[in-house]
Amino acid sequence: MFSYCTEPDTLATVWWLSCYLTTGVHFSFYLSFLKVLGILAVTAPVSLAFGFGGAMAARSRILPLSLFGKGYIAIVRGVPDIAFFLFFVIALDQGFEWLRHQVLCSDWTDPIRQGNDFLVCPQAKLPLGTAPQPIHQLYAFGLAIVTFAIVFGAFAANVIFGAMRAVPKAQLETAEAYGMSPRQTFWRILVPQMWVFALPGLSNLWQVLIKATPLLFLLGIEDVVYWARELGGTKTARFTSYPHGDWRMWYFLALLVFYLLMTWGSEKILKRVMARLTRGQATSGGEAQRKGVAA
Amino acid sequence: MSCLETIQSYALRSVGIGERLLPRSDFTLCEQFTLIGSGMIWNIYFGIMALCTGFFLATALAIAKSRPNPWLRKPAEWFIFLFRGSPLFIQFFFAYFLFLSLKGTFPIFSPFTAAWLGALIVLFLNTAAYSAEIFYGALQSIPKGEVEAADAYGLSGWSRFRRIVWPTMLRLAWPSYTNEAIFLFHATTLVYFSGFPAWQQRGDALYYASYFADKTFNPFVPYPILAMYFIILTLVIIGVFGLVNRRLNRHLPENTRSRIKYRPNLIR
Repeated sequence: MFSYCTEPDTLATVWWLSCYLTTGVHFSFYLSFLKVLGILAVTAPVSLAFGFGGAMAARSRILPLSLFGKGYIAIVRGVPDIAFFLFFVIALDQGFEWLRHQVLCSDWTDPIRQGNDFLVCPQAKLPLGTAPQPIHQLYAFGLAIVTFAIVFGAFAANVIFGAMRAVPKAQLETAEAYGMSPRQTFWRILVPQMWVFALPGLSNLWQVLIKATPLLFLLGIEDVVYWARELGGTKTARFTSYPHGDWRMWYFLALLVFYLLMTWGSEKILKRVMARLTRGQATSGGEAQRKGVAA
Repeated sequence: MSCLETIQSYALRSVGIGERLLPRSDFTLCEQFTLIGSGMIWNIYFGIMALCTGFFLATALAIAKSRPNPWLRKPAEWFIFLFRGSPLFIQFFFAYFLFLSLKGTFPIFSPFTAAWLGALIVLFLNTAAYSAEIFYGALQSIPKGEVEAADAYGLSGWSRFRRIVWPTMLRLAWPSYTNEAIFLFHATTLVYFSGFPAWQQRGDALYYASYFADKTFNPFVPYPILAMYFIILTLVIIGVFGLVNRRLNRHLPENTRSRIKYRPNLIR
């Protein structure tokens, strides 16, 4: 990147490292950190929405809907999450292709599952075989986000479901006494008060979400883990495209520090948000704040 | 091959006993059940070994963290933050490559690059950090009266810890510790998906489940089987820890005992 990098003499000095760290592949590595931040920014609201929907379904008076909501929460929590990450990506991919297959190629008579193969007609392939490479990558990224949202939606649904039950019953009864319909009670009384109870759980979830992002690697995304493995390793014993030995340890050390900083930073921010939100609340935290101010 | 023969040849496949070649085509349901179950041996091995060793380190760390002396408190705090603040997945990778480069200089480290030891060490340190935080919380909430009563009886130092503080700490921490145990077992599925290689295709349950899913393009059979095994394992853990919980609370009347609730703490 720098002009002095073209000089062969630099190779012997420490300046070489600055050249090494600014090569094109390294910029892909740095870009993958942005990918991690990007997936956090997209997944957090989407899974919150999933969680809200799940909690609403679980609270529903219609039995099948409430069973669905409760089942969704229970199953995702009972099984190792990584199994879900592996499962959903294939299952979603096949599900989408199957749907497109039903719509686009209704005259296709061969069975889709032929022994060990999953075959749909070429038009139903997702993304199309002719699509350019970035589309394929974007599709994989989208699948990853949906998977994250489904798994974390279940966790969030659990938290929100608990928070909804923590809202004092008297509040809801008062609302009914004022003649509010169940829908009004839900949106005007329950939901605004629920957030205070949900926040500790949700902030915990955020920390967990940060720590789950390296699992992107398993979903075939070229994320930080992928690049750390690629860049740190020597290509082959005979011919290496990188002039160094096995540096993967140092790359993963950098990742470790990155994640520790993320955790530390969000710990600080969430503490402030919580302090701001408990102000004036009728909880023990709010009470402690009030006393602290008085003293 | 009948199902009984399959069980005979594959039930201990994950530890290297029995048929060497994995089934390659025409997978039967029996093969999937047997091999994934065989992989569970590793999950149970990692879980139990890490729990048993991690318990002691966790107790030591919790005590160190609750001490006023900064020379004891700070290292414990940093250790707990290091292992709780970073993803287990990255810890596995880092540890594997660390052991790999240590192996280059000191040949004594070569067993550490194998999963049975290297991954176990990571899991041990990780569960120690998570449990230490639970135990620390319990230590902070030991009723003041109990410690004062111990002082009044002339107990101090080790005997006070052994007879009063430690049992109460365990009693308070046990419901959360049960959840930690459950999630440690779930976390063992990460071992063969991080740096640690599965030597001669001897992997854990998820390793075999994803093997079948890759070969058959059908995730709807192996992963539910895996899920079933893990739900059974979770129920067993809850049962065993419930027995210990009963013993810890045996002096209390039935209705005031704290009950174990399944409250998972998700991914690490």
